[in-house]
Amino acid sequence: MRNIASWGRLDSYPHQAVTLDDPRHVASKIAASNLPGLAHGMGRSYGDVCLNPGGTLWMTTGLDHLVAFDEANGRLICEPGVLLRDIQRAFIPRGWMLPVTPGTQLITVGGAIANDVHGKNHHVFGSFGDHVKRIRLLRTDGEIIECGPEMSADWFSATVGGLGLTGVIVEAELQLRRVESPWLQTETLPYADLDAFFDLSDASEASWEHTVAWIDCMRGEHQRGLFMRGNPAPADVEHPAMPKGKKSTMPVVPVSLVNRWSLPPFNTAYYTLKRWKAGAAVEHYEPFLYPLDNLREWNRMYGPNGFYQYQSLVPRAIGRDAVQAMLKEIARSGEGSFLAVLKTFGNRSAPGILSFPQPGVTLALDFPNHGERTHTLFARLDAIVREAKGRLYPAKDARMPRDLFESGYPRLAEFMQYRDSGISSALSRRLMGS
Amino acid sequence: MRHIVIVGATSAIATHCARLWAAQACVFTLVGRDREKLDRLAADIKVRNPQSTLHIETLDFSDVGAIQQSVAAIAVRATVDIALIAHGALPDQSACQDDLYQCSEALHINGISPVLFAEAFAQSMTRKNHGTLALIGSVAGDRGRKSNYVYGAAKGLVTRYAQGLQHRFAASNVKIVLIKPGPTDTPMTAHMKDAGMKFAPVEMVAAQCVAAIEQGRPVAYVPGKWWLIMQVIRHLPAFVFNKMNI
Repeated sequence: MRNIASWGRLDSYPHQAVTLDDPRHVASKIAASNLPGLAHGMGRSYGDVCLNPGGTLWMTTGLDHLVAFDEANGRLICEPGVLLRDIQRAFIPRGWMLPVTPGTQLITVGGAIANDVHGKNHHVFGSFGDHVKRIRLLRTDGEIIECGPEMSADWFSATVGGLGLTGVIVEAELQLRRVESPWLQTETLPYADLDAFFDLSDASEASWEHTVAWIDCMRGEHQRGLFMRGNPAPADVEHPAMPKGKKSTMPVVPVSLVNRWSLPPFNTAYYTLKRWKAGAAVEHYEPFLYPLDNLREWNRMYGPNGFYQYQSLVPRAIGRDAVQAMLKEIARSGEGSFLAVLKTFGNRSAPGILSFPQPGVTLALDFPNHGERTHTLFARLDAIVREAKGRLYPAKDARMPRDLFESGYPRLAEFMQYRDSGISSALSRRLMGS
Repeated sequence: MRHIVIVGATSAIATHCARLWAAQACVFTLVGRDREKLDRLAADIKVRNPQSTLHIETLDFSDVGAIQQSVAAIAVRATVDIALIAHGALPDQSACQDDLYQCSEALHINGISPVLFAEAFAQSMTRKNHGTLALIGSVAGDRGRKSNYVYGAAKGLVTRYAQGLQHRFAASNVKIVLIKPGPTDTPMTAHMKDAGMKFAPVEMVAAQCVAAIEQGRPVAYVPGKWWLIMQVIRHLPAFVFNKMNI
C-alpha cells in the first residue's frame, strides 16, 4: 500500500498502486485487481475524484507513448498517460496545438477526457471532449469499447467527463488545431467592479479567443480585478526573447502562507503592479496559459492542512447577482486566496453527460483548509449556487453535499447505466453511493 | 544526421533520452529484447520527429556471439556517433541470496552484458577514432550494501570497466561517459515507492544524462547531489557503515 494524496493535499490515503506501462499487459493487470480500482494520472485533480482509499489505483503515467500523427489533418493518436505539455511541445513547432487545455499542462490526456476540462477559450473551442475523435475504453470485465462522437456515441458521452467511472481509457485520438507561432497577442485590462467585468467579457468574446479574469476576493463590494484576453499571434509577430522556463520548487511550509493577514496586502500589490503594467503585450503560450507550471509543487503553499478549491458555475441570467453574493460571503469570512478566477462560458452544449461547462459564469477560488470555518463558508456558498440552479465542478471538489451534485447534474441517472462495477473512487462513493 | 544507438532502449531513462535527442533529426538504432516494445518506442519517436530514421535490433542480451555480430552490423550500417548502453533489471536481493541462478542472472544482465556491449562498440569506435560511448552505472556500484550488493557489484563492474576504457581511449577522440543515476522514478522502482522512498523524476535524470553525454563528461552523478552523498557513503569507516541499515 502506498500513501497517495490529491493536489489539494487534504490528506493522504493508502492505495494499492499498480503501474501500467505496457499496453499489452493493461487488461491482465486490471483483471487481476481484487479491489475496485480507478485510473490515476498526474493526480492534479484537487479533490477526491482521482483517489480510491483502500482500493487500487492504476497508475497511467507509464502509458506515455504517442502512437501516430496525420500531418494532413492534425489527428493525433496517443496513449492515455501522455502529458498535454508533451503534445504542445512536440507539435507547436510544427504548426499544431491542442485546441483546449486547462490552467496547467501537467495533466494526462486520460485525465483531461475524464474531467472534460476547459480553458480560457471555452466560448470558441468548447471543452477538451469536443476535440476527442475516438476513445478506446477498456472495461474491467475485459470488454473493449471503441467510441467517438459518431460511433457508440452513448458510451462516448458517458466517458467524456465521466470521472473515470465508465472504464479505463487505453487510447485516444485527438484533433489538434492549426497555430502559426507559440506566441499570443494579449491585453490586460483592470476593471473596477463586476458590471465592468461582464461588459468586458461580452465585448471581448467575439474577437478574442482567450478571456479570463483575476478577481480580488477580499473586497465585498466593487470587486476590482484584471481582465486578460489573448489571441494566437501570426508567425511574423515581433516577440520578446523565449522564456527561459526556469523552474523553482515550493518548499514544504509549516503553516499556510495564504491567510487573512497575507491576503489583502498581496492582492493590493498584485493589482497595483499589474495595473501599472497593463495594456497590450506579446506573450509565450506557456506563461500565459499555464502561469503556475513553473512553480513546482505550488500546492504546498497552503501548509500541512492542504486546501480546497471551490469552482461554481451559475446561469448567466442571474450570474452577476449570484457571483456578487458569493464574493460578499467570501470577503466577510476573510477566507480565500489570491488564486481567484472568473470566466464566462460560451453558449454551447458540452459533449459529456456529466461535463461541467454549460452557458453561464464560473468562479474558482482556493481556500486553505481551516476545518469548520471553511466548511461553514462552503455551506453558505452552496446555498447561493443551489438557489441559482448552478453546479460545482467535480474535478475540483472534495466536499460538496450529494443533493447539490444531484441538482447540478440532472442527467446523473442516465450516466449511472454506463458505470463500470469494477471501478470506484472516493468521489463516486461520496456522491453516487458506490 | 547523427547515428545514435541505444541498447536497452525501452528502459524508462533511455526512452526519455531518445525523446530528448529526437528534438533534432537523428538516425536511431534501438536495441532491445522485445520487438513489440521497440516498435512502440520507434513509433513514438517517429511521431515526435518525422525526420528521424529508426532501425530496430532485437537480440538475446546474454548471447555473446549475438552481441558481437549485432554491434558489428550496426557499425557497418553507419558510423556510430553515440552509443548508450542502458539495459538492466533491479533484482530482489534476498531472492539472489537464496537462489544462485537468480544471482547469476542479475550479475549477467546488469554487469557482464553491458560491458560486452561496451567492448563491442569500443572495437568499432577504435577503428573510426570517433564516437561517444555511454554506460549507465548506478550509485549502488560505489559501495556494496547488504540491501542490494548483487546489483551493486554488477554496476561496480560497469564502473571499473568504464574506467579502464577511459584510460585506454584517453589519447583518442573516443569519449567514454559513465552515468550514475540515484534512485529514479521508473517502472523498475515502482514497488519501492510503497516503502516511502523518494525518487528523482525520470525526465530530469534523462536530461542530465543527455547533457553529460553531449559534454563527454567521464563520470556524471544524476542528480548531482548523489556525488556528495556517495562521497560520504564511500568514506564512512567500516565500524560506522556496518552499523547502518542501508
